[in-house]
Amino acid sequence: MTVTAPPSPQADNAALPRLLAGVGRDLVLGLAGHEREYGTLWLRGPAGNRRPERLIDIVEAAGLTGRGGSGFPTGRKMRSVAGRGEAVVVANGAEGEPASAKDRLLLSYLPHLVLDGITLAADAVGATEAHLCVHRQEHDLIDGLAAAVAERRHAGLDPVPIQVTGIPGRYVSSEQSSIVQYLNGGPAKPTFSPPRPHESGVRGRPTLVNNVETLAHVALIARHGDRWFRSAGLPSAPGSMLVTVDGAVRWPGVYEIELGTAAGEVVALAGGPAEDLQALLIGGFFGAWLPVEVAWPVPMTQAGLRAAGGALGAGVVVALPGSSCGLAETARVMRYLAEQGAGQCGPCLMGLPALADGVADLAFQGGRGRAVDAIAALLPLIEGRGACRHPDGATQLARSAMRAFIADARWHDQCGPCDGVRRAPLLPIPGDGEEDWDWT
Amino acid sequence: MSHQLRVNPIACRGHGVCAELLPEIIELDPWGYPILRSAVIPPALVLHARRAAATCPTLALILERAQIHRRHKSAGSPA
Repeated sequence: MTVTAPPSPQADNAALPRLLAGVGRDLVLGLAGHEREYGTLWLRGPAGNRRPERLIDIVEAAGLTGRGGSGFPTGRKMRSVAGRGEAVVVANGAEGEPASAKDRLLLSYLPHLVLDGITLAADAVGATEAHLCVHRQEHDLIDGLAAAVAERRHAGLDPVPIQVTGIPGRYVSSEQSSIVQYLNGGPAKPTFSPPRPHESGVRGRPTLVNNVETLAHVALIARHGDRWFRSAGLPSAPGSMLVTVDGAVRWPGVYEIELGTAAGEVVALAGGPAEDLQALLIGGFFGAWLPVEVAWPVPMTQAGLRAAGGALGAGVVVALPGSSCGLAETARVMRYLAEQGAGQCGPCLMGLPALADGVADLAFQGGRGRAVDAIAALLPLIEGRGACRHPDGATQLARSAMRAFIADARWHDQCGPCDGVRRAPLLPIPGDGEEDWDWT
Repeated sequence: MSHQLRVNPIACRGHGVCAELLPEIIELDPWGYPILRSAVIPPALVLHARRAAATCPTLALILERAQIHRRHKSAGSPA
C-alpha cells in the first residue's frame, strides 16, 4: 500500500481536494504551512463571539457523519456529550482496518488538521481532557504527533492539552468502548453496553469518541461553514470522504471523493483496473464483496451500500481481479478476524473459528458438497450475539462472499479448489511479526 | 409493564442453567450459549424468567422492565 495524494484529483472539480489540499508540498505540513494552506483557526468564530456549542449547530447543519465506519451523525454525537459536565474527547486514530491507510495519511502528513478538530470538539462539548489514540507500535507516528502537539503548545493553540496515547494494536482494540476501557486502566477490549461512552466513558465522564478524519472535517467546517461543506456530495450524504483504494488498480492509494461518487468512478480515479475485475470489496474487512457489475454504479454512501447489501465502513475499496479466488481471499480474512477477537463472548469465540474453518475448507480443500450449507447454517449462530460488532462485521463479509462468489463456491464445494487459490494473496493481512498481542 | 431479557455476552460462560429453567424462551447454541427466541417475556413466564436470571452463575442474564429509552436506541444511539 502506497500512501499518496491523488495524482490530479478530479481536476474539473474545484471543490476537491479539501482535506488533502495540503498533501504533497512538504512531506509533513507544519503549523505555518498548515495555516497558510487551510487558513487560521478561530476557535469561536472570526469575531471571537461564538458560543462554544454553536459549532455543534454548524456541524449538525453540515450533515457530517462519522468517517470511522459507524456513519453516525457527528453533530448529534457531540450534542449527546455536551452539557453533561466536564467531558473528555478521544480522537480515534488507531486504524484497525488493515486495508485502510487514510487515518495514517492524515496523522502523518496533516497532523494539525486533526489537532484543530480535537481542539474544536473539546471546546464545543466542554471537555477538560483530550486524547489522540494511535497504535502504540507506530513509534514514528507517535513521535511526529508529539512534535506537532509541542509546536501548538508553544503557539498557545490548544486550551485543552492534547495527550497522544498509544493503544494496543489488536483489531477490536480500536473499537470505541475498548479505547475507553484502556484509558481507564483496563484491557483494550470492548465492554458491555449500556452505559455507552457518551454517558459514562473515561473515568466515568461523558466521552466523545470520534475518528480522526471526522475531526479533520470538523476543522474545515469550523472555517468554512455548513453550506460550504454541503456544496460537495449529495443532499442526503453531504461532504467529502477519504477512500483507500487497493488491489488490481493502477495507482493504489488514498483519495478524497465526494460522497455519492459511484464505486466504479473511485476505481477510475485510482487509474482504473490493472486487469479484468470480478468483484470489489467495499468497506474493508467489515464491509462486503460486491460483484463488479453490481458494485460499479453503487454510490459511495451508507444508504447506497446498504441497499446493495454492503457497507461503507471506513471507505476501503479493493479491486479483485478475475484470476484471483474471492473465497481464498475471504478465508484468509476470516482466519485473521477469528484470531483478532477479544475472546470475551462465547458465540464469537467459538463461532468465528468454526466459520473460518468452514470457509478455509471450502476455499482450499473443496467441501465434498457440504461446505456451502454448513457455512450458511453457522452465520445466524454468530450474528448479533457479541458485546461489540466484531462478530457481525465478520459474518457480513462471509455472507457477502457466499453471495458474490456463489457460482465459484458451488464449484469448490463439488469439484475442489479453483486455479485462483494459487495466486498471491491480494488483501493485506498483518503478519505475526507485526502483531501486538497484549491487551494492556 | 412488560419485561424483557438480555444476555451480557461477556459475562456468559455457557453454564446453560437458563435454558433448563426457561426452555420456552431460551435454547442453547452448539457451544452451549443461550439464544433468546424472544426478548419480550409474556406475563405468565416472568416468574420463571426472574428465577433463571437469579440462578445464572455469572449473573449474565438480565431481566428488566421494557423501558421507553429502548425505543430511542433502535432509532440510533451514538455508535
